Amino acid sequence: MDPATKMSGVDQSGARLRLVSDRAAGGTPGIQLSGVSKTYRSRDGDVPSLRPLDFHINAGEFFVVVGPSGCGKSTLLKMISGLLAPSSGEIFVEGEAVTRPHGNVGIVFQNSLLLPWRNILANVMLPIDMKRLPRDEYLPRAMELLKLVGLESFEKKLPWQLSGGMQQRASICRALVHDPKIMLMDEPFGALDAMTRERMNVELMRIQRETGKTVLLITHSIPEAVFLADRVLVMTERPGAIAAIYDVPLRRPRSLDAMAEPAFTELVQRIRKHFFTQSALD
Amino acid sequence: MAEPNGPGGVSKALNAAWVRPFLFLIFIVVAWDLTIRLFRIPPYQIPAPGDVVVVLWHDWPELMRQAWPTTYATICGFLLSAVFGIPVAMLIAGSKTVESYVYPLLVFSQSVPKIAIAPLFVVWFGFGIIPKVISAFLLGFFPVVVSAVQGFKSVDPDMVDLARAMQGSRFRVFCAVNLPHAMPAIFSGLKVSVTLAVVGAVVGEFVGSNSGIGYVLQRSIGTFDLPTMFAALVILALLGVVLFWIVDRIERLVIPWHVSQREEVIFAA
Ligand SMILES: Nc1ncnc2c1ncn2[C@@H]1O[C@H](COP(=O)(O)OP(=O)(O)OP(=O)(O)O)[C@@H](O)[C@H]1O
Ligand SMILES: [Mg+2]
Repeated sequence: MDPATKMSGVDQSGARLRLVSDRAAGGTPGIQLSGVSKTYRSRDGDVPSLRPLDFHINAGEFFVVVGPSGCGKSTLLKMISGLLAPSSGEIFVEGEAVTRPHGNVGIVFQNSLLLPWRNILANVMLPIDMKRLPRDEYLPRAMELLKLVGLESFEKKLPWQLSGGMQQRASICRALVHDPKIMLMDEPFGALDAMTRERMNVELMRIQRETGKTVLLITHSIPEAVFLADRVLVMTERPGAIAAIYDVPLRRPRSLDAMAEPAFTELVQRIRKHFFTQSALD
Repeated sequence: MAEPNGPGGVSKALNAAWVRPFLFLIFIVVAWDLTIRLFRIPPYQIPAPGDVVVVLWHDWPELMRQAWPTTYATICGFLLSAVFGIPVAMLIAGSKTVESYVYPLLVFSQSVPKIAIAPLFVVWFGFGIIPKVISAFLLGFFPVVVSAVQGFKSVDPDMVDLARAMQGSRFRVFCAVNLPHAMPAIFSGLKVSVTLAVVGAVVGEFVGSNSGIGYVLQRSIGTFDLPTMFAALVILALLGVVLFWIVDRIERLVIPWHVSQREEVIFAA
């Protein structure tokens, strides 16, 4: 058994959380991109940021994107959430074409971006306020999520009274509170120290298992990508294109020990070669 | 608990916020008095502090009566600059087009000395309260706009994106994210604005009025009644301090979460 799952001991709450998401989904579940490209038009010329991309992320999958800085990863994420229109191609989320913010995503950025004037609970409830959903219906869910990430006694605290890791956990709750099908995470642990980061990775994996969400996570850390992912998408330099998509051959549930497995190190090496082709890795 | 009572009490008394500036004020007054005695400065150049105090004591009811129109004009002008300044800042921060048209002109208008155009208001609106209010408004307006624009613009675009991605309407996102974020900057603008509004009101009274502290000032300068003039200055300073303090209190109520207010939260926790 995975020690992380054993330690948590909140499997029941996980089951209840899953129940809420039992909505009827129209069309193909997951995320479908067909010929999606992006060129930013700015005053001093066009900036091609993404070459046409075609791929599909399955429902419930943990999908990780790695790529060099500036290759368009954040752009990709914004397009999937509907904040940014692609220059060409189409995006389908749960079978529906994305043309504007659709609210079926939860977003986590590198900085937790908690509103300093709202306490933790009110911050977690932000999507509910934005979507004008009934507050009292979602309040128990928010509390449950906070419990899931171990913040149950901090809901009345203001963000600055929490450590960076705790703030980031609160922002994960915020991304889940309105029960979206998809979690989009843009370098969510980039600002954390290495130790907290590993712990957050284990915790995120547990949360994903317990809630059954589709996760699209962007990272700069190749080991983190391999450790977390079902599949890893490797991108090329700007304008970004798909260099490769790898299946991760590690069993679930995984613990940090998985990082010592030969399959893990081998895949990490292979992905690394995409970025350092000239280096003497072998 | 072994700490002796005496020193603890003294340092506690020193820590009260108003004590230190008060001590410093006494120091300045003493230095003022000494300077006059040492260098034998004649009273028609600088009055002795004692004379000023005597005037303050004697003419207190009259001074208060004259302070009222000034206070009234200041508050009206200040409120106007807040009521107009914040929406103008919202427009400037929200639209590049508005910014490119309006902002340069606004800056340009600031280099026009208000005292030069104040007589015009008297021509337009007569010797009433209105020229003073306009003058106070004109001085208080600019700092509110500049600070508020800076506040509205400094919001993290990712934070706005996050709220927008949750299908928040423009208005909802603005109320939940942009406006609270800009509050600290708006208040720092309001604090500058309220002290400048006092100056503005006095400028208005200088050029055309028969009441108010500005009028007292001008009259006493005309008759070389320096103690009265200094007493009027003291009243003005007090007015500025009180208004500033009120805005500061309101700020504490409105943005208790902000860094500048945090200390108290810690003690309260
Ligand atoms: N608003 C914009 N206007 C013009 N160009 C932009 C804009 N946003 C991003 N770009 C350009 O698009 C490219 C991709 O940006 P993006 O932020 O998606 O990169 P990224 O892969 O997330 O990089 P990083 O890993 O450093 O976060 C960059 O080269 C950037 O210069
Ligand atoms: Mg990025």
